[in-house]
Amino acid sequence: MADSLPDPFMLNQWYPVSALQDVQERPRSTVLMGETLSYQRKDRACRVHGADGRALPVIEQYACLWTTLGQPEGGLFPIPEYAEADRRNLAAGSIGVNVAAQRGIENFLDMGHFPYVHTGILGELPHTEVKEYNVELREGGREIVATECLFYQPRASTVSTAGADVEYVYRVPHPTCSVLYKSSPMDARRLDVIALFIQPVGPEKFRGHMVLSILDDVSTDDFISYFQLHIFGQDKPILENQMPKRLPLDPRAETPIRADKTAIMYRRWLAQNGVTYGTIPAAA
Amino acid sequence: MDGASSIGPWVPVAASEDVVPRHVFQGKLSGQELAIWRADDGYVNVWENRCLHRGVRLSIGVNTGTELVCQYHGWRYANRNAGCTYIPAHPADAPPRTICNRTYPVHEANGLIWTHLGDAGDAAPESLPEEPLVLRAVPLNAAPADVSAALEGFAPDEGMAHRGGLFFSDGISSLQLYVQPMDAGQSVIRGYVTGPLAAQGLALLRRLNTALTAFARQAEAEARAKPAPAPIPPVYGRVSAELAEMPEMTAGPGKIRVTVAAKTMVAEGIVSLELRPLRGVLPAFQPGAHIDVALPNGLVRQYSLVNGPGETDRYIIGVKREAQSAGGSLAIHDHLKAGDLLAISEPRNNFPLRRNAEETIFLAGGIGVTPMLAMAAAMAGDGQNCRLHYFAAGPDHLAFAERLAALGERLTSHLGLDPAGTTAALKAILSDPGPARQVYVCGPGPMLDAARSIAAEQGWPESAVHFEYFRNTHQIDDSSSFEIALARSAVTLQVPAGKSILQVLRENGVAMASSCGQGACGTCRVKVLEGIPDHQDVYLNNTERAANTTIMTCVSRAKSDRLVLDI
Repeated sequence: MADSLPDPFMLNQWYPVSALQDVQERPRSTVLMGETLSYQRKDRACRVHGADGRALPVIEQYACLWTTLGQPEGGLFPIPEYAEADRRNLAAGSIGVNVAAQRGIENFLDMGHFPYVHTGILGELPHTEVKEYNVELREGGREIVATECLFYQPRASTVSTAGADVEYVYRVPHPTCSVLYKSSPMDARRLDVIALFIQPVGPEKFRGHMVLSILDDVSTDDFISYFQLHIFGQDKPILENQMPKRLPLDPRAETPIRADKTAIMYRRWLAQNGVTYGTIPAAA
Repeated sequence: MDGASSIGPWVPVAASEDVVPRHVFQGKLSGQELAIWRADDGYVNVWENRCLHRGVRLSIGVNTGTELVCQYHGWRYANRNAGCTYIPAHPADAPPRTICNRTYPVHEANGLIWTHLGDAGDAAPESLPEEPLVLRAVPLNAAPADVSAALEGFAPDEGMAHRGGLFFSDGISSLQLYVQPMDAGQSVIRGYVTGPLAAQGLALLRRLNTALTAFARQAEAEARAKPAPAPIPPVYGRVSAELAEMPEMTAGPGKIRVTVAAKTMVAEGIVSLELRPLRGVLPAFQPGAHIDVALPNGLVRQYSLVNGPGETDRYIIGVKREAQSAGGSLAIHDHLKAGDLLAISEPRNNFPLRRNAEETIFLAGGIGVTPMLAMAAAMAGDGQNCRLHYFAAGPDHLAFAERLAALGERLTSHLGLDPAGTTAALKAILSDPGPARQVYVCGPGPMLDAARSIAAEQGWPESAVHFEYFRNTHQIDDSSSFEIALARSAVTLQVPAGKSILQVLRENGVAMASSCGQGACGTCRVKVLEGIPDHQDVYLNNTERAANTTIMTCVSRAKSDRLVLDI
């Protein structure tokens, strides 16, 4: 099918294919945009091979193994916080979802579903309001940034007992990767970083790799991983019940509201970059 | 609809038994997924299985008995008209009425739910004199046309012979089969038995199920020998251009003809009118909405809808007899009778109900209870924390007793209080704003003024106090003259003394919605980009007035020489 071939913008990107901790000497296989790849650790370096045995470019960064089927300009987007010495960096789990990667990113950018899908954790009824926030293009149009995003959370931090508004900042520096910043319960002046790096398996299927860079010297890795997988496990059945499975770019395909400003910007940005893989482009 | 070519007449898509209370049944017809659900009033809804917001299947949603709630963001859609009644992410906004799910025609007969995707020329199937014995549905992976053709050779083994079409009979009892085309290569066999044989019940159903299952396996084997047909692509309708741009709410001019189905005294001096559509389905409404009613004597009056959630087959309004009025209420009380026809507007909501507070207080004075009843019912039905304080002259003046009773302990009535007593009661009720409380007030002007100033004194933020005046009792000063510039259309107009902004706009061909004409309802609200308005309405609160960013064009004017309006 012609529409399952990646468009140039999607093709020429780096994509995560595994958490680094899951790369072993024995080769494992995974699928990226329809092509079956094998990956392994050999002589302490990670290697990735395409279906025909050709060696593919590799980046080991942000707790993940990245590769590409195209020719990306330069390396990965920066996450400066990741290099801070006192942070805890970890890959908190990978999860497969049968829907387009872009639907996964949109869900990650969405606050309105917190009280309904993550009840009692990221939101709670009747606190449903998505307050006005800002969204803009930065880095010469290469990145979407949403700021001053406030949402009520039942327990704003592990130490507080009452609910309060928590502030989020979202970045979308890549068509299938997003990074969110949220005030740290450990240090109110600093932000925890939670990233979702998505590996498009096919146009209607993805694997999401969750990576954290947080200020937390208390919780165990297993606890953090369980928490993240629990949250994503709540999103998965909703995402898999979205129709169509690809993200529609026609503004009239679905009904946006003001709370969806980031998603509207994201869809426009994908359309402007000619993205057809995983999307339904608007009729010309 | 695009897929109409493959669409036939009425088709059964579910058994009545599948559509049980508080459940959503997922069906499919010609590639199109359906969400089928029964409201508590018995009405069966057949909708496109997709929330208009982000495409999530409504079949995983919640059937509250009156509304279907999407699992993803809690959007609520009403029974029958499928209109969106609430968008939780924006609790202070009324959703545009035009957010409406795609509905399909529904007919329930003979233990089956029937629908069609196009314009069925055929009449809906008639109900048999006796409810038949409905077969267990048999799904199979085979093309509907092939299944229909093969079924003509089906031998029920009950002594019944094929009598044409998919009808089998032994002369007394009969078996009628139907093929529901799910998709190009997917079918469901449905049907029922009538006559004495039906009395065998379960035993007969088992035999027929065994026979039809064997038939299905054979039909699937034959289908596998052929190339699999491509699935029918579902048709996803586009939303209107307006909705895609997140517009401000505007009012449609549409006039709806209704019949007065009932006129009932519901309290001393108050009648309720039950208005039913002459044809079709009434448009969606939200709690707090009002309609314009064109009265036989030529007057147009606004009345709040009393309807609770899901009461979508009629509009209920309450009208107080006001002897000193211009004649609107007298025309209704003295002359209107059951069976009369009226023209009404679509509902407009300028008094939207937030549902994201931990506690909500409703303060109603007299006939001001009407929108409060709709609001309280919506919140109570959802198990939310709310309380209705109803101020009235005496027990005989409490209107809509049944609806009040349904509120149970959420209702407190305050009877026969003088102004001082009312003030004391309001002070007690509004003693503590709390961090997550909202108050809604509707009643006579003096009571509203008192409630607003008491709330302000006791530290309630203005954003938590919502009010609706019946009418504007202030004298309107229309002696000023000024210029208005319409920013979007690049037109400048002069507003002379004696004419309103609204009149001047309309005279110059600008279509503007308005309703009360006295600055009380908020329908003709327009955004101000530049200039200082001279507010003469009773709709805006003090903060909104001071902001000078909106104006009620029916009564308010300009303090500056010029206003730039976002029109």
